[in-house]
Amino acid sequence: MKKRVVLVAMAAMMAMSALSGCVTKEGEESQTSANTQAEEENVLNVYTALEDEQVSDYLEEFKEQNPDVTVNVTRESTGVITSRLLAEKDNPVADVVWGLSATSLLVLKQEGMLEPYAPEGVDRILPQFKDTDETPSWVGIDAWETAWIVNKEVLKSHGIDTIPTSYEDLLDPKYEGLIAMSNPASSGTGLLTVNGILTLYGEEEGWKYLDELDKNVAVYMHSGSQPAKETAAGEYGIGISFGYRCLQSAEEVGSDICEAVFPEEGSGWDMEANALIKKDNEKQVAKDFLDWAISDNIMDKYATNYPIVAIGVGDEIPEGYSSNPLDQLIPDIDFNKAAQNRESILAEWSERYDAKSAPQEE
Amino acid sequence: MKKRNNWLRRFSKEDFVRAAAIYGIIVFLFVFLACPLVTLFVKAFQDKDGFFVGLAQFREYFTSKAMVYSISNTFVISISSTVISVLLAFVFSYSLSRKNVPFKSFFRYVGMIPIFAPTMLLGIALIYLFGNQGILTALGLKIPLYGKTGIIIAESIYCFPVATTILMVAFSAADNRLYEAADTMRTSALRKMITITIPNVKYGLINAIFVTFTYSFTDFGAPSVVGGNYNVLATDVYKQVVGQQNFNMGAVVGMILLFPAVLSFFVDWFTNQKQSSSISSKSVPYQIKPHPVSDVAATVFCVLVSLAMILFFAVALFASLIKLWPYNLTFTLDNYNLAKAGSGSGLAAFRNSILVSLISALLGTVVTFLGAYMIEKTKKFYISRKIAYFLSITPLAIPGTVVGLSFIMFFNAPSFGIPFSEYALINPLHGIYGTIWILVFANMIHFYSVPFSTATTALKGLDREFETVSESLAVPFYRTFFRVTVPLCLPAICEMGVYFFVNSLVTVSAVVFLYSPTAPITSVMIVSMQGAGQTAPAAAMCMLLLFINLAVRLVYEGLRCRSAAKRNV
Repeated sequence: MKKRVVLVAMAAMMAMSALSGCVTKEGEESQTSANTQAEEENVLNVYTALEDEQVSDYLEEFKEQNPDVTVNVTRESTGVITSRLLAEKDNPVADVVWGLSATSLLVLKQEGMLEPYAPEGVDRILPQFKDTDETPSWVGIDAWETAWIVNKEVLKSHGIDTIPTSYEDLLDPKYEGLIAMSNPASSGTGLLTVNGILTLYGEEEGWKYLDELDKNVAVYMHSGSQPAKETAAGEYGIGISFGYRCLQSAEEVGSDICEAVFPEEGSGWDMEANALIKKDNEKQVAKDFLDWAISDNIMDKYATNYPIVAIGVGDEIPEGYSSNPLDQLIPDIDFNKAAQNRESILAEWSERYDAKSAPQEE
Repeated sequence: MKKRNNWLRRFSKEDFVRAAAIYGIIVFLFVFLACPLVTLFVKAFQDKDGFFVGLAQFREYFTSKAMVYSISNTFVISISSTVISVLLAFVFSYSLSRKNVPFKSFFRYVGMIPIFAPTMLLGIALIYLFGNQGILTALGLKIPLYGKTGIIIAESIYCFPVATTILMVAFSAADNRLYEAADTMRTSALRKMITITIPNVKYGLINAIFVTFTYSFTDFGAPSVVGGNYNVLATDVYKQVVGQQNFNMGAVVGMILLFPAVLSFFVDWFTNQKQSSSISSKSVPYQIKPHPVSDVAATVFCVLVSLAMILFFAVALFASLIKLWPYNLTFTLDNYNLAKAGSGSGLAAFRNSILVSLISALLGTVVTFLGAYMIEKTKKFYISRKIAYFLSITPLAIPGTVVGLSFIMFFNAPSFGIPFSEYALINPLHGIYGTIWILVFANMIHFYSVPFSTATTALKGLDREFETVSESLAVPFYRTFFRVTVPLCLPAICEMGVYFFVNSLVTVSAVVFLYSPTAPITSVMIVSMQGAGQTAPAAAMCMLLLFINLAVRLVYEGLRCRSAAKRNV
């Protein structure tokens, strides 16, 4: 018996030493970590949800102007980046967030994770593209919007030779089982599409519209780009996704097979925005980065991929977009309201379509 | 005085080693599994602002209509996949270990193909075969891929190698004397199967069933690729955690996913009560006797399974060698250009991936085998062993997303405040955050249970006599461990190492949250390539990982043959 006591005590000691190391006064440890981080003044940790192929292209200029700064870019999808930021909340790794959806940034702001900062040239940014506070917590760079890609080959094989150009068109029974859309519960693209429809039609009519649309939808997918990709690969006839991805996928397979469509009634939209993360030692280089990230040169670069950037419409509209892209966006979308209502919208959504879609499988 | 001497004598070096080993394992599992999980799971009882709300969130989840479907769907999927894959794996491994089948090692490699590649590749192959534009669909074989059928097919294929691995180990232990006795009594083949073979592999079979069940219960990969609108618990977790960043609700669903682990714990408790082992120290290895009819049947079965596997492999290879499915089928090798992949970080990513997998395999195998040995072959420390057992089977039931996020929350915190005081505990493990070590530990934990089951199955096949004899001869247990147990279990140990390596190389779900931007890894790179619509290059990268895994397998097999040859001399 005695032996067991000794062994248990030993194990407890081992556990303690492995777990704790030592005890300290709360708050003291931040000093030591601040010291080590001082040496890393020139290391910038950037979290971004921009498309992979865009990141290195955009960053070139910043690296040229700041040769002694090491930029560590963590690029993941919007959902993964946002959850990673939230999980790291108590001891943030990121210095800045670059090109993350405004909906996500509103969540981070609510959690008190953002440090208000007015980057140089913020006056040029259109009012609807930045936080309304006097010193904005986040500043937008460009807008992305609902669009769909139509696979003409697939539609032809079902005897259809029309292309749906409006939300109303999508309700045509001939498209039954041919539409893929992203699920608003797992993807930001799905959410902005649903928000757009609810804004456009109003709450009640909007849900009625979605009920009708649901009859034609084959699948709600977990990522925003998946519907566009799989439609381009011929799995579906129509993939509701976002403009940039639809245009890229359509270009890849060729315009004789696929075409990107922006809905006539207007698109639901969200913006990609930047923010400074609140932490013990905010680096000067992080602020420099945010200044650079809305400078004229880089705005021009954003404009090669997105027609609408935060200072207005770019000089040359990228191929495939309409000639007046601002008109494409549904005008009175309220991001704060959308963020507040997100939970109730998704609850309504899952009640209507998650529970319904399952037994149909049987 | 005399008593004290006695006590000191009894508290020998051996006891010390034994205690250190078993508590070491518990501490490891406690720090790397229980603590991170607790930091996440407390959120199940809190609202978004961190206030304690008791079971309110559970109530909310259980009263939503969608949940009922998710739970029943999850059971449908996991039970069907378990039945299919364990049945196939049982016949497959029986044929390979007990029948005269030619080219055995060839069949074994081929049967392993599904776990050699990332799930993405299996998804691509399934869509290219059975999707709306699929090759087999075009040939007239139409199955409703998206939904229940697709998930069951994918899970069955994916679980097949795991179930086979466990069952092969179980079948490799048999006592030929029993079969000889049965033959002299002219026992029918069916009766031999029911009374000797199945009881012999009972633990392997139960393990295989639980591993398969738990895996298909918690997997997110297959439902996300071919699931369509078929909601399961794993997609619910993903929606809550990644889609809506609702960690609280994600934690609720995550806890429900632990159900199979709890179940498995009780089943083990129950079966352990009547434990017997098939291999005693007097056992004679199984001798395969020719039996033309069943040998041919077994060979045909193996050929069919292998053909199905090769078909998947071939389609995946094809996917990586064409320009654009399904509209431009021109042959190209461009997709394999590593230097171009991942914005130029392709080569570095490969190096990191291989390094991480090697370390995970090495450490993982040592820890799991030692853990299984201490749990299985120690008589003392009853409670500790039960705790260690429960912790060892839990990882299987935890989705990678949950492992990833809980690792962030636990290891990224520089200190933990002690409630009601101004003091805080420094987190000594904070240093591993942002290094490759956190990936190694995440992999070790994430893949802990299957190698643990393999080891347990192998160890259960060994007679306790070995321990009893060494004890009576006063040989310390660790000497028996290194001289007898390890050599006897070598095939199982290698199997475990390969499993760790292979899975660490292709995994995404946990490491996507943990990798550092300064050390990119291939599997995460593949996901973002696929996200950007580069399906063919992504398939090519998957194939490269698959080739590496095949190479590892071949090296291992080569070493095994050499050592086997040596032993026979």
